[in-house]
Amino acid sequence: MSRRLPPVRHLATLLGALIVGLAVIVALLAPALVPHDPFLQNLDQRLIPPLWMDGGQPAHLLGTDQLGRDYLSRLIYGTRISMLIGMMTVVMSGLIGITLGVLGGFYGGRTDDLVMFLITCRLAIPLILVALTVVALVGSSLTVVSLTLGLLLWDRFAVVARTTTMQVRTLDYIAAAKAAGASRRHILLREVLPNILVHLIVVATLEMALAILLEAALSFLGLGVPPPLPSWGLMIAEAKDYMFFSPWIIMIPGIALFVLVMGINLLGDGLRDLLGAERPR
Amino acid sequence: MRFFFVRRLVLAVLVCLTVMVISFTLTRLSGDLAASIAGPNATAADIAIITRNYGLDRPLPVQFIEWAGHAATGDLGRSFLYHTPVWDLIRARLPVTLTLGLTGLAIALVVSLPLGILAAAREGTALDRAIMLVALVGQAMPSFWLGLVMIIWLGLDLQWFPISGVDSWQGYVMPGIVLAFSAIPALMRLTRSGMIEALAADYIRTARAKGLSRTKIVLKHALRNAAMPVVSIAAVQLGFILGGSVVIEAVFALPGIGYLAWESITKNDFPVVQAVVLFLAVIYIALTLLADMMNALLDPRLRG
Repeated sequence: MSRRLPPVRHLATLLGALIVGLAVIVALLAPALVPHDPFLQNLDQRLIPPLWMDGGQPAHLLGTDQLGRDYLSRLIYGTRISMLIGMMTVVMSGLIGITLGVLGGFYGGRTDDLVMFLITCRLAIPLILVALTVVALVGSSLTVVSLTLGLLLWDRFAVVARTTTMQVRTLDYIAAAKAAGASRRHILLREVLPNILVHLIVVATLEMALAILLEAALSFLGLGVPPPLPSWGLMIAEAKDYMFFSPWIIMIPGIALFVLVMGINLLGDGLRDLLGAERPR
Repeated sequence: MRFFFVRRLVLAVLVCLTVMVISFTLTRLSGDLAASIAGPNATAADIAIITRNYGLDRPLPVQFIEWAGHAATGDLGRSFLYHTPVWDLIRARLPVTLTLGLTGLAIALVVSLPLGILAAAREGTALDRAIMLVALVGQAMPSFWLGLVMIIWLGLDLQWFPISGVDSWQGYVMPGIVLAFSAIPALMRLTRSGMIEALAADYIRTARAKGLSRTKIVLKHALRNAAMPVVSIAAVQLGFILGGSVVIEAVFALPGIGYLAWESITKNDFPVVQAVVLFLAVIYIALTLLADMMNALLDPRLRG
């Protein structure tokens, strides 16, 4: 299935893989990597600019925030939150969406009508508003945010799983498995699922990127990950009052967010080309 | 044809009902709604009064049917906070959100149509890849952060635009651009893929054989066929834009329905939250219905 790619695409995919790989390592090794305790406040050392700016100190490479906490340490722990939310959301939304999509695509008829109906309903629901409401009512925590996003972001999984299942359903090996007397469960899990997985991996990258952006937006609005956790969105929200005099304080977490999401998307695009999957809309 | 329209309409009503159930259930998630409304300092007696006054002691299905029945006739209840009908609140703030949403969509179309067409006409070249990079950047941009960066740079440093409020049309420029960013990637990709498909069709080869210029072929023959899916996706995107404007309205302090919803969520004003969720869903449902019907009218193949 794989075909040769122009070198630029190769580079982009490699860059994406590099960014994501780095984020995974940083997230896993965060406690060992941080130069300071990310939660330790030091009111004598507030708003120290990053090293390359006037007044920067070697002890704080990326400066300190409005409460004197080391910004680099917070950024490193923030990687953990973003990656964790991204992965948990993808697992949950993937389970829901793939189950619905495969069932609809495989059985067709009434089952498919129901699946399509559920997808339509999901799309009609204003995503951010509902997520904000749930977090406000249930209480803000990392688990609540990823569960909420997981319950909301399954639509693209369902759409892609459904169409790709429809395509493989009629293929010879499914008919062969049926003729050999395989159970429906066996056919769905062992014959259909492995053959549509390629397309679903691409969706997973897109959804992970979206989940990370949404978590940041929710935390920015004060209804996501609670303080003092260093979510990048929350870091931007907390530093907002100081951004006019120290613009770097919102630039750093913002750029981190952009680079990570860009990396995940580049990797997803590259995988799509490599594996010959189609880009889901 | 008529069958298709009727079926589509029934579906829209069913989706609407489901969203009503969801938005109603949503606000009951906290368990004790009366306690949330009363706030942390309320006594048990206060909570009891609120429970009785708002009819929260009745069974949930009864409460739902009453709310849904009123909502169907346009009565969305009263705000706990403002003590005015919710519909009045929404109506007063709707112009801001609509202006913002349409500005965002217009900017998105102005950017993504020409770029998508250009990318398709030069498919596989460096220009194509550069243009698609724009889509990737748009997709990765945290909108609230972009808003803040624009406030610092264009609002404060260069003083081109006001940093908040909508006293003049300039107030819509920055939030409109930020909002457009969320719609540009999808619109641009669709324009590009639609154009590539159209350019590969037989009638394009015919046009080329007739000796028509490349520009004329692209703009006159291919675009006409590629435009249809873009129009329907644009309608869907407007629905998403309106739903997503809550973040932008909060960043730029624009008094639209997104801001209203955010305020109501943080202040436990549930009738408003419920109503705005429903209202935005209805707008989305209406837009997709419109797009589907327009498509069916233009392309008989789609009538399933």
